[in-house]
Amino acid sequence: MFRLRPPLEFAPTRAELAGVVGRLLGDGWRLALVAGHEDVPDHPGAPDGFRIVYAFLRPGGCQGRGERAEVTVAVPRDDAWFPSVAALSYPAGRFEREVRDLFGVPVRDHPQPYRLVRHGNWPAGHYPLRSDADPAPAFTGNDPFPFLEVEGEGVYEIPVGPIHAGLIEPGHFRFTVVGESILQLRFRLWFMHRGIEGLFRGRTPDEGVALAERISGDTAVGHALAYVQAVEDASGVVVGERALLVRALLLELERLYNHVGDLGAIVNDVGYGIAKNHCDALKEELLRHNRRVTGHRLLRGGVLVGGARLLAEPDVGLVADVARRADEVARVALAHPIVANRVVDQAILPAAAARSYGTLGYVARASGVAVDARAEHPAIDLGPAFTVVTEDAGDVRARFEVRRREIEVSARLVADLAGRVAGASSEPPIPARPVAGAGLGVVEGWRGTIVHRVELDAAGRVSRLKAVDPSFFNWPAIGVALTDTIVPDFPLCNKSFNLSYAGNDL
Amino acid sequence: MNAAVLAVLAAQVVVALALTPLLIGVMRQVRTRLEGRAGPGVWQPWRDTVKLLAKEPLRAAGSSWVLWLAPAALVVSSVMVVALIPLIATPALPLLPADLFVVVSVLLVGTVALALLGLESGTAFGGMGSSRHMMIAALVEPTVLIAVYALSIPAATSSLGTIIASRLTDVTAVMTPAGLLAIVALFVVVLAECGRLPVDNPATHLELTMVHEAMILESGGRDLAWLELGSWLRLTALLGLVVNLAAPWGIATEPTPAGLAVGVAAFSVKLLAAGAGIAAAEVFLAKLRLFRVPELLAGSFVLAFLAVTASYLVA
Repeated sequence: MFRLRPPLEFAPTRAELAGVVGRLLGDGWRLALVAGHEDVPDHPGAPDGFRIVYAFLRPGGCQGRGERAEVTVAVPRDDAWFPSVAALSYPAGRFEREVRDLFGVPVRDHPQPYRLVRHGNWPAGHYPLRSDADPAPAFTGNDPFPFLEVEGEGVYEIPVGPIHAGLIEPGHFRFTVVGESILQLRFRLWFMHRGIEGLFRGRTPDEGVALAERISGDTAVGHALAYVQAVEDASGVVVGERALLVRALLLELERLYNHVGDLGAIVNDVGYGIAKNHCDALKEELLRHNRRVTGHRLLRGGVLVGGARLLAEPDVGLVADVARRADEVARVALAHPIVANRVVDQAILPAAAARSYGTLGYVARASGVAVDARAEHPAIDLGPAFTVVTEDAGDVRARFEVRRREIEVSARLVADLAGRVAGASSEPPIPARPVAGAGLGVVEGWRGTIVHRVELDAAGRVSRLKAVDPSFFNWPAIGVALTDTIVPDFPLCNKSFNLSYAGNDL
Repeated sequence: MNAAVLAVLAAQVVVALALTPLLIGVMRQVRTRLEGRAGPGVWQPWRDTVKLLAKEPLRAAGSSWVLWLAPAALVVSSVMVVALIPLIATPALPLLPADLFVVVSVLLVGTVALALLGLESGTAFGGMGSSRHMMIAALVEPTVLIAVYALSIPAATSSLGTIIASRLTDVTAVMTPAGLLAIVALFVVVLAECGRLPVDNPATHLELTMVHEAMILESGGRDLAWLELGSWLRLTALLGLVVNLAAPWGIATEPTPAGLAVGVAAFSVKLLAAGAGIAAAEVFLAKLRLFRVPELLAGSFVLAFLAVTASYLVA
């Protein structure tokens, strides 16, 4: 199979898996994703059974472009199980549950062997990514989904969602509370499970781009870019410099409009509505600018397999002006004594927890963990305009501040990249070659590092796509940050994380 | 005399009912405009109320008579409060005086009705809202009593009409330290009682942060219309009391048609101006952490207490 950037590859047996994974994690590798695969033989002698692929990333490597490693475990169909490595890595445990729920391959010795993706109404024995799965089963199941119950004097539960009072994605939260103090938060996601990964199957690489843009609506560029990078890695397409520059530019434009919107949304949750109105107006300017640049307010259509497209030159002056005004609004908001009192020391995520949960993006950087794929796995050198922004406090203010400062960095990058794009000669997009292969795409989306792993069949069509939004890693960290928090402060904490439901549920 | 006083009370109710949705509309529109948005106009609460009144209420299966009694109790208590508090004229019925303690007790009926409604809805939000509401109410009621008590000392009566009338005749009484302290204390607790910033955010959609809204989350149709109207009337009544204590000018002391006309006009202007002022201030405020609300209310209680002390020292 073809690889543009060949990773270190390991193929341990099931018994050896934990040893290999443990060694990699000890050597500074980070688990990026775990993807299940089902190989159905189309000719005699072809592989039959399941494969579990563990992809790892590490900074450094050749020219500082980052290193990749893949561990593949074969699981025979007639003895289908795989061992858990949840004891070594918390996110691995969640990935394993996802694989089990989607492929029906049992996990052995899992410390939390509960359902993750599966909802109680899925019919028994329905595993949607299996080749023989019914594409539209009747929802006849009625399994309970028990939450850990806490008993004691004055303990009560608050169930919230999945339908909320505002325009929010669906998720069910179960608070166990004494008075106003949160004892425990458990949540149930995957209400937004649309079977996106299954929908990729059989598409040509070009047809997959529009789908990738819709994995999470606010991360159109991030997911599309991770997808096309994976496809290019799998089919051996080397993209020209201008396309790389345009892609980096689009990624920053996406970061800008989302961060500006978030600044307003966070302070709106403490009732400081005027800051939200200002930020919404600024965000609207950016959305209209997006439309001029790519033809779509959410920047859809800018990223292509083997290339990138701009309809118009970005207005560097407008972006810089919006960034400056957003910075001013953010400073005014944080200078407000009541706002400051609400966000400082609120919902602290300690650095140790941020690391052990494998958090990504601004959530990790606000806790002092400097993970950023733009620095660790760069597609192009961003030059001196780029710095990784970190804060140490890990509270709501830190997550707010990381966004504020990243807006400044992104505006600088937009100005720099726009100049470099103008100087680069344009080239037509290079189509993916119809070869079988596997590839990995790593992109720093605005929420954090997005990783896609794609496999192409002999006809060059997508046979398997595994997408991981940073939200998948960050969701469990909310529970940690809520220690010592009171119920009415949860929405503020949640907004400071602002995780994607769609990107997590797929 | 009694017939004239009854006419005054009826006029107060009519004026309050007519003015209340407009007050809310003005407050929302002022805030909207100051935040740079267009807004639906000052008549939107009127339109909403009329719309909701025409809709049938839906009540959960298994819910009890509390769900229909509570809105009625709230509205009746609020109507009684606007009738009793001297809004446009000071004369009072001899058997049913606008007594400070009577007014606070009637207010409490509405408070309890709302809390019971929140509990009856059977959701965790309702119970949560009720518990927060009662916490705030427990801190608000003593401050209201003490603040008005401070103002009643110079007048030597607990009848609100007489207090306001005496402040009208003696302008210097309005500007005493005790009077100012009491008015400020009263103003803070009115904000808390009526669910305004920085205690509660009336514009939020976040269920977990709500106080007042959490209790009425499960109500709809006519029930919701009465609950909203009842709560808004409390704002009219309490804010009306504060503005009439702070600036009694224009209020009618005799139930004559001309006096009442002046009273209605003066009250409308004072109330809407105060509402617009609160809305403008809210633009610059954020919501306090829930556990800091008691500190704010304790502060206002201290002000009220100082006012009482100052009244005795002066008197």
